[in-house]
Amino acid sequence: MVDVAESLIVTAIGPPKDRWIDFSVRFRTGAEYVVIPLFALALSGLLFALFLLVLGKSPTQFFELVVRGGFGTAFSIQNTLQRSAPLILTALAVAVPARIGLVMIGGEGALVLGGFASAVIAIPLVMGKASPAVTLIVMASAGIVTGALWVGIAGILRHARGVNETISSLLLTYIGIAVMNFFVEGSLRDLTNPNKPSTMPIGEAYMMGKITGTEVHWGLAVGILLAITLHILLSRTTFGFAVRLSGGNPRAALAQGLPVGKLVVGCCLIAGACAGIAGFFEVAAIQGRANASLAAGYGFTGILVSFLARHNPLAIIPVAILFGGIVASGGLVQRRMDMPDATVLVLQGLTFVVLLTSETLYGRFKIFQVKGAVDRT
Amino acid sequence: MSDNPFLIVLVAMVGGALRVSTPFMFVALGECLTEKSGRVNLGLEGTLVLGAMCAYAISFHTGSPWLGVLAAGGAGAWLGAIHGYVCKLPRVNDIAIGIAMMLFGTGVAFFFGKAYIQPSAPRLGSFSLGGWTGSPQIETALEVNALLIVGVATALLMAWAFANTKWGLIVRMSGDSAPAARAMGVSVDLVRFFSTTAGGFLAGIGGAFLSLYYPGSWNQGLSSGQGLMAVALVIFARWDPVRCVLAALLFGAAGAIGPALQSVGITQGYYFFNAAPYILTLIIMTISAGSKRAMRDVPGELSITK
Repeated sequence: MVDVAESLIVTAIGPPKDRWIDFSVRFRTGAEYVVIPLFALALSGLLFALFLLVLGKSPTQFFELVVRGGFGTAFSIQNTLQRSAPLILTALAVAVPARIGLVMIGGEGALVLGGFASAVIAIPLVMGKASPAVTLIVMASAGIVTGALWVGIAGILRHARGVNETISSLLLTYIGIAVMNFFVEGSLRDLTNPNKPSTMPIGEAYMMGKITGTEVHWGLAVGILLAITLHILLSRTTFGFAVRLSGGNPRAALAQGLPVGKLVVGCCLIAGACAGIAGFFEVAAIQGRANASLAAGYGFTGILVSFLARHNPLAIIPVAILFGGIVASGGLVQRRMDMPDATVLVLQGLTFVVLLTSETLYGRFKIFQVKGAVDRT
Repeated sequence: MSDNPFLIVLVAMVGGALRVSTPFMFVALGECLTEKSGRVNLGLEGTLVLGAMCAYAISFHTGSPWLGVLAAGGAGAWLGAIHGYVCKLPRVNDIAIGIAMMLFGTGVAFFFGKAYIQPSAPRLGSFSLGGWTGSPQIETALEVNALLIVGVATALLMAWAFANTKWGLIVRMSGDSAPAARAMGVSVDLVRFFSTTAGGFLAGIGGAFLSLYYPGSWNQGLSSGQGLMAVALVIFARWDPVRCVLAALLFGAAGAIGPALQSVGITQGYYFFNAAPYILTLIIMTISAGSKRAMRDVPGELSITK
């Protein structure tokens, strides 16, 4: 029996030598998806260095400050990780719909509304002196549900009416920010705080703690766990297979009897939930209240992170940490080099354009092309 | 004039429509030209903001607002040319590139614009269409800028050119069927490149209006999403330049509701009215997505409808 099983395995995957070739084939085809994004990243760094040179600033000083401000000391690393948490989550909000072929960019709106909803639902609980654990669970659920529904709208419009999801999710982001501003400056404004229109603070006792021994909040751990879970869900389950099949060829998926519409909406709900959790952590672990600071642009940077990671949940983690470092070093760079705060925006925009342009390079280099290899996109 | 609040709101809305509609008109005309050639440029928001900044800066340095308008057009054409060139490469998604160009354009504008938030630059002049009424209030409300006239003239010219010239036919053919255009020996990529560049030029001029006439100064919150709404405006106008003008007036009036209500003391819901254009855009896209009438006029090569 053992011999039969062994021979079956051998016929299925080939003798050991072929397995080695299979690995090298996979390595060569896979390398394309690492080399080209890295090349795009290096090219945008180079272009940005040229931009700085033209302005008479020192590019070496800039990159040195980014490294020091983002990763130089224990404090700056913790600051970086703190900022990577929402980036991982908002990048996941782009990556999951991307697997089913949607360019969904509504993460910022879902983050803002998710954070807002969790701050608002906390008010009666805090007033009623509910236990912090219950409050935080209710807040997180509110954030998840609100975020999921917000991106879900774009998914439903796509499925039911064929509305372009990129444009609708972008519009929904602006609407979401306006909805929060409407309430924060109106009926839900905390009148005891004259400085900045905000909702009532949830109070120190209800704030979420830090990961033991660090200054980093639990959002980072949740983000990493979610990234791993979603990676398994997308690459190792039937759901993930159905999603990838629908993304690759919706008509073939429909012909196979897959519920493409439900999968589209489902992916959007997962995406919105991820961004909603990011909003919850911003409120429960950092801000303590909802105000305009929630719309800090994490959702937009998350788009870039996901594209750079080629919508691979595992690759999102290191890319998000890199961009968290760039965001974290922004203040230092501005002060030391006397540059406006839009510098980061220029760098991000440039990287994004170069990165999207690099899409055209796939399949053009012979070195990555292996005869008979399966296209693993 | 009476103190009837309804009349005040009405006059404010008409005046607002005339004042606010010009940037809408230019971005819509620019987007219309680009989409007629078969491509979507979602980056016009960045074009608008960069155009506004360049116009203000050039007007400040040279003292001539019209040179500023030209510079704004040039900046817009630059962004449009990047978009037009990049999108011709295979496997590049024109909608995603549009968003990236939006971030890039806004970033560049904010980066260089920081120095121009304080100084005041010479602005464009205006004249009134309401002189005959003898009512100073109406006269002020009906003050318009020469760019409005330029915009309307451009729309008429575009409509005429699409219908009657060889160039118009080539643009429409590239938008409706790339294989047909190629069979006729037309370089579709080149047509789209020029259409996107020219569209960017127009959108840049719309930005110049924002910083040089109304609201008439440069700051980071200058644009309220007019560039983003261009796509919806064009769908709403069903890819017709003349209808783009009417749609721009309508959106201008809608955008003037908020300030108009404020002028009679209704300040509630300011943020709601801020969001109104986005909500309107979303509704238009939702309705037109399944509408046979809209689908009849859509250029066949457009990626938003595929």
